[in-house]
Amino acid sequence: MNAATPGAELLAAAAPPGAERARRRAEVVAALGAALPAHALLWQREDTVPYECDGLTAYREQPLVVALPESEAQIAAVLSICHRLGVPVVARGAGTGLSGGALPNALGVTLSLAKFNRIVAIDAKARTATVQCGVRNLAISEVAAAFGLFYAPDPSSQIACTIGGNVAENSGGVHCLKYGLTLHNVLKVRGFTAEGEGVEFGSDALDAAGLDLLSLIVGSEGMLAVIFEVTVKLLPRPTAARCILASFDDVVKAGDAVAAIIAAGIIPAGLEMMDAPMTAAVEDYVHAGYDLDAAAILLCESDGTPHEVEHEVARMVEVLKASGATRLAASANEAERLKFWSGRKNAFPASGRISPDYMCMDSTIPRKCLAEMLVAIGEMTSRHRLRCVNVFHAGDGNLHPLILYDANDTDQLHRAEAFGAEILELSVAMGGTVTGEHGVGVEKLSSMCVQFSPAEREQMLTVKRAFDPAGLLNPGKVIPTLVRCAEYGKMHVKRGLVAFADLPRF
Amino acid sequence: MISTTSGLAALAQRIRDAAASRRTLRIRGGGSKDFYGEEPSGELVDTRVLDGAAEHEPTELVVTAPAGMSVAALEAQLAERGQCLAFEPPHFTPGSTVGGMIAAGLSGPARARAGSLRDHLLGVSLLSGSGELMHFGGRVIKNVAGYDVSRLVAGSMGILGVIVQASLKVLPKAEAEATLRFDMKPGEALAALHSWGTLPLPLDASAWWNGNLVVRLRGSAAAVDAASAQLGGDAIAAAAAGRFWLGLRDHSDPFFDAANEAIEHQDAALWRLSLPQTAPLLALAGDELIEWHGGQRWLATSLPAALVRDATSAAGGHATLFRGRDKSAGAFAPLPAPLRLIHERLKRAFDPVGILNPGRLYRGL
Repeated sequence: MNAATPGAELLAAAAPPGAERARRRAEVVAALGAALPAHALLWQREDTVPYECDGLTAYREQPLVVALPESEAQIAAVLSICHRLGVPVVARGAGTGLSGGALPNALGVTLSLAKFNRIVAIDAKARTATVQCGVRNLAISEVAAAFGLFYAPDPSSQIACTIGGNVAENSGGVHCLKYGLTLHNVLKVRGFTAEGEGVEFGSDALDAAGLDLLSLIVGSEGMLAVIFEVTVKLLPRPTAARCILASFDDVVKAGDAVAAIIAAGIIPAGLEMMDAPMTAAVEDYVHAGYDLDAAAILLCESDGTPHEVEHEVARMVEVLKASGATRLAASANEAERLKFWSGRKNAFPASGRISPDYMCMDSTIPRKCLAEMLVAIGEMTSRHRLRCVNVFHAGDGNLHPLILYDANDTDQLHRAEAFGAEILELSVAMGGTVTGEHGVGVEKLSSMCVQFSPAEREQMLTVKRAFDPAGLLNPGKVIPTLVRCAEYGKMHVKRGLVAFADLPRF
Repeated sequence: MISTTSGLAALAQRIRDAAASRRTLRIRGGGSKDFYGEEPSGELVDTRVLDGAAEHEPTELVVTAPAGMSVAALEAQLAERGQCLAFEPPHFTPGSTVGGMIAAGLSGPARARAGSLRDHLLGVSLLSGSGELMHFGGRVIKNVAGYDVSRLVAGSMGILGVIVQASLKVLPKAEAEATLRFDMKPGEALAALHSWGTLPLPLDASAWWNGNLVVRLRGSAAAVDAASAQLGGDAIAAAAAGRFWLGLRDHSDPFFDAANEAIEHQDAALWRLSLPQTAPLLALAGDELIEWHGGQRWLATSLPAALVRDATSAAGGHATLFRGRDKSAGAFAPLPAPLRLIHERLKRAFDPVGILNPGRLYRGL
């Protein structure tokens, strides 16, 4: 559904002469064949097509080879062989990422780790789970539930996405304000260096000796190491949860209500906002009972012990009233709470029903700028002549404006990209960031030029080289080259559009 | 940037000059942690020139403070609006600065529940070993643009750059607090803490020493009252409890006084054992104080360093020679070869000439 335009580096990598690519493939297949069984190596086009993209389907590439190792020793062997031959390696979990982080490299091996889906250990006393990288996010909480525990980060794709991918992207979800991101919930990552050597980051204790390399690994989008096994923290499941649904006749008042809740010293478990067009789209889809007359609605969740929840809900209702809520309802039971959430959780599919394509932005801004941003987006919709529906993780300022367009109409695509770039640039100007939880991947490479100076980007490249001197792990992602940023700046200033908008798409 | 500009330009120039003539610099704020890590060396750079007011935005739950500001002043400013640094950083002495707090990366009694300093760090501005000013992270909680370099700086002991300013997540102070005391042997204390830990209780901090388990509850009044009733124990009056947790945080309570005495007169050392919370008692000879529900154990002992390190490592943790006159065994646990290599490359990446706090984290780095 998403769309954007490939950059020059990726296109260059995409077009090696056919004969040269075939020769290279034969060489790599032969070398990997010594370490993997025949069924664990895919290279015929019909076999590699399922790996050509991740959740960002606008970017597609055929990998040279797909390797599906079945043991740790095989992962190490694949990495060691690729390192010797100078072959790029792109690690991949469930392929649900939204920024193209698992986009194959045309001359590289896609290392599929989805088979490693074993829960190694649940330690109820220590409140930790040790799981292989291919274990699904939700599966951890499902297994932990038997012990009254859960794993807090809950990205919207939690049914399908894997913990290895969550660590690579530092995934968030709707409960980050209270429970943190993946980084805050991971103790230890065991994996392999680019050379195929076993390595551990973090520890079973609360910290590890030396520099905090775990902080770099989490969110490194597969560029610093290959993640094999993850030890996560589990939390006691709250015994109660209630959700408040509040309507506002003005987006500015809704934004101010968010700030007022925080100012009152409340850290809600979830705090989400939707604007009127988004509310209309989801209400039509799931009939959650949302107020169609509201300019914006807020979902405020409280969890904890029944005592705590009653107290907090009462305080939030008070703040919301004082902030001018036009309608207020607190869930009376679990079924109603889930109904309130059903609309928010179906925001993306609901948008898919009202538009052939949409482009999902993911910037974070200071909360106080929410209303200003909504007003600015409203102005952009008329200027770019495109619709935009908005869902926000309002509690932490993470925005997901969904720009609606039709990818078959080249002009609409251009306008959508210009619209998206404008939102990201405004986010940076407000003191925010171009990506709050989806990652940079290939999608936001150009936006990184806006957020970071040349010296800062070069410093990040030196971090990459400290882990992977040969530059073989997921090359070309996350950190744009100087050339790319120079191009982006030039074209952007000249035309007000993102780079390479006229290039053919595939 | 906040108002540190004049000091900043001079400092950047000083780093560039030092790099050009390969003179090493010793980066120091209030000197509250001079004892920590390896021996400091080099020309003194006093980061207190990077002074100014902090920008606190209560509704954003974020504060941006200059490196030279004192932690005490920062916390006082936050307290005016009912907020705090939830990781409860140790001050040790009144002069402790924001820059030093981040470079040392230490967290206080609340760490097991509230998270560490690193968890609350949102962004840093730093001067690299080439005198280049760079900003990583930012002022928002959710931010995954590029590698998380700001958090790498937490606990880096100044070897990667001079911290100029930092943005930290702040939280409202808990509505209610209670401190309870129990008579318990250490094994009983750990068992109790771990069983309470699986329940949704507002269990915040814990300390076991000398037959006493002291726990702190923090949260809503309703939750704290209910948990106090559920757990039992002797309630400690607020003023005494406040002094107790402060003494623990700043290592000024009787356990640490005795440890310092032993360091002075008996050639003992104070070790910080970072262990899985459920690791068994290590039965190492010496006086032990257990925090973080078993995750941080202080050991004052004269045992050989290798013995302490081996026992800690066998239990899944690592041992830091926190205070001692003889640090020949290394202040921090040695790194496995692949990690040591990455450390060396990172040091060169940020400080190509090797002038910033060389050897303060590990010798040769």
